[in-house]
Amino acid sequence: MQIGYYPGCALHGSSNDYEMSVRACLDRLGVELRELDDWTCCGATAAHSINEKLATALPARNLAIAERDGLDRMLAPCPMCSMELIKAGQAIGNDACVRKEMSEIVELEVTGRTQVLNLIQVFQQVGVERLKEAVVRPLTEIKAACYYGCLLVRPPEALRFDDCEQPTSMETIVEALGGTAVDWNYKTECCGAGMTMCNEDTVLELSHRILSNAAAHGANCVVVACPMCHVNLDMKQADIDRRYGVRHETMVYYLSDLVGLALGIDEGALGIDRHYVATKR
Amino acid sequence: MKPTVEAVEELAHTDVGDCYQCGKCSAGCPVADRMDILPNQIVRLVQMGLVDKAMRKEAIWLCVSCQTCATRCPKSVNCTGVMDALRQLSIENAIEAPAIRRTVVFQKAFLNNIRRNGRLNELELVGVFKTMAFLKDISVPFLFKDSLLAPKMMRRHKFHLVGEKVRDRGVVDRIFARCLAELSEVEAVR
Repeated sequence: MQIGYYPGCALHGSSNDYEMSVRACLDRLGVELRELDDWTCCGATAAHSINEKLATALPARNLAIAERDGLDRMLAPCPMCSMELIKAGQAIGNDACVRKEMSEIVELEVTGRTQVLNLIQVFQQVGVERLKEAVVRPLTEIKAACYYGCLLVRPPEALRFDDCEQPTSMETIVEALGGTAVDWNYKTECCGAGMTMCNEDTVLELSHRILSNAAAHGANCVVVACPMCHVNLDMKQADIDRRYGVRHETMVYYLSDLVGLALGIDEGALGIDRHYVATKR
Repeated sequence: MKPTVEAVEELAHTDVGDCYQCGKCSAGCPVADRMDILPNQIVRLVQMGLVDKAMRKEAIWLCVSCQTCATRCPKSVNCTGVMDALRQLSIENAIEAPAIRRTVVFQKAFLNNIRRNGRLNELELVGVFKTMAFLKDISVPFLFKDSLLAPKMMRRHKFHLVGEKVRDRGVVDRIFARCLAELSEVEAVR
């Protein structure tokens, strides 16, 4: 299976460990990634906070390149990117005026027909049964709090993915890998997202609540499918500990880390040894 | 764009008149307790035509864009979109809530970085943001607060001195110019 691939800035920047594990485990599963040629930033929170048109045009440029190069399906492992790409695609697909305007702005014809997928959806397309068969090292010691955060499930009318209040798609995958998924309350609560730099106080408080709730429900790790969630829960965990006088010591895995481990790929090849909270495995 | 109710509704693709002030948006908001006024009160100000007042609230810059409010609204009022619309209008009309300038500075530095490189150059963003924030509030601790992160990131190969750039940076700049026609370049960069 070959699909388009939009890494986004985070996966080519400080979240390059996420890209390592996405590539390693999809390669093992026979999914070939074709990286989008000369892709540009999706604009993220800055664009939609400052200019609505720009928030559609930046993703539209990437959708136009995907269409030009014949990529009808495209993985965007960062939920910020995938949400912005999906929203732009719908705005363009649903309105001929927007389509015309955006094609002019981005200097390429764009119709919004590219199907943009998050990481969970790619695993679903591979198939949970196939994933189960490919497991060589069942994750029996994993008790995961599957954390979706905001943009994997919201806005639901645009994303049409899983249940926006009680999603279960990650749990299904973790259990297929032989792990246990705990029942907990903060699956879709915000971690503070892109406020890490400019409003750290908020990030520490929201992320502390998430880590505390995960531990209170018996989880020994948190599983994410978002680079920002990982930064806030993993990189910022030492700051959270200091601020609140606690020791969370909670491993934060990308979903692709767990899939890779279960498929027998070693931690180094998945980039797990580059997380901030050290593995206790 | 002039800060009118119609402008907010057009940018947010929503009808604020549909809101019946149940407060579900504020109940689910993860940062409501930090805001100067609650999300439903922001919507109320817009309903009453007090857009100018709403634009000056810190709440719109404390919002983390998690979209919980809009998702749970029983009347499908796009409260998240209203927050975005108010942010855009406040920048276009050069209004900044004083205590939360760092967020504005950050978002502008972020966009400026994308405009030049096409992709985010993290180190450059941090440098520009810290410098601009320092010039605004002269906080030395804030300037150096994250400096201890650098060696930790380097050890993990997460520190890139030179960021990636797209080949066709011309088109990125033209996309910005076409979208920000109403916003002078100086204002967008400042």
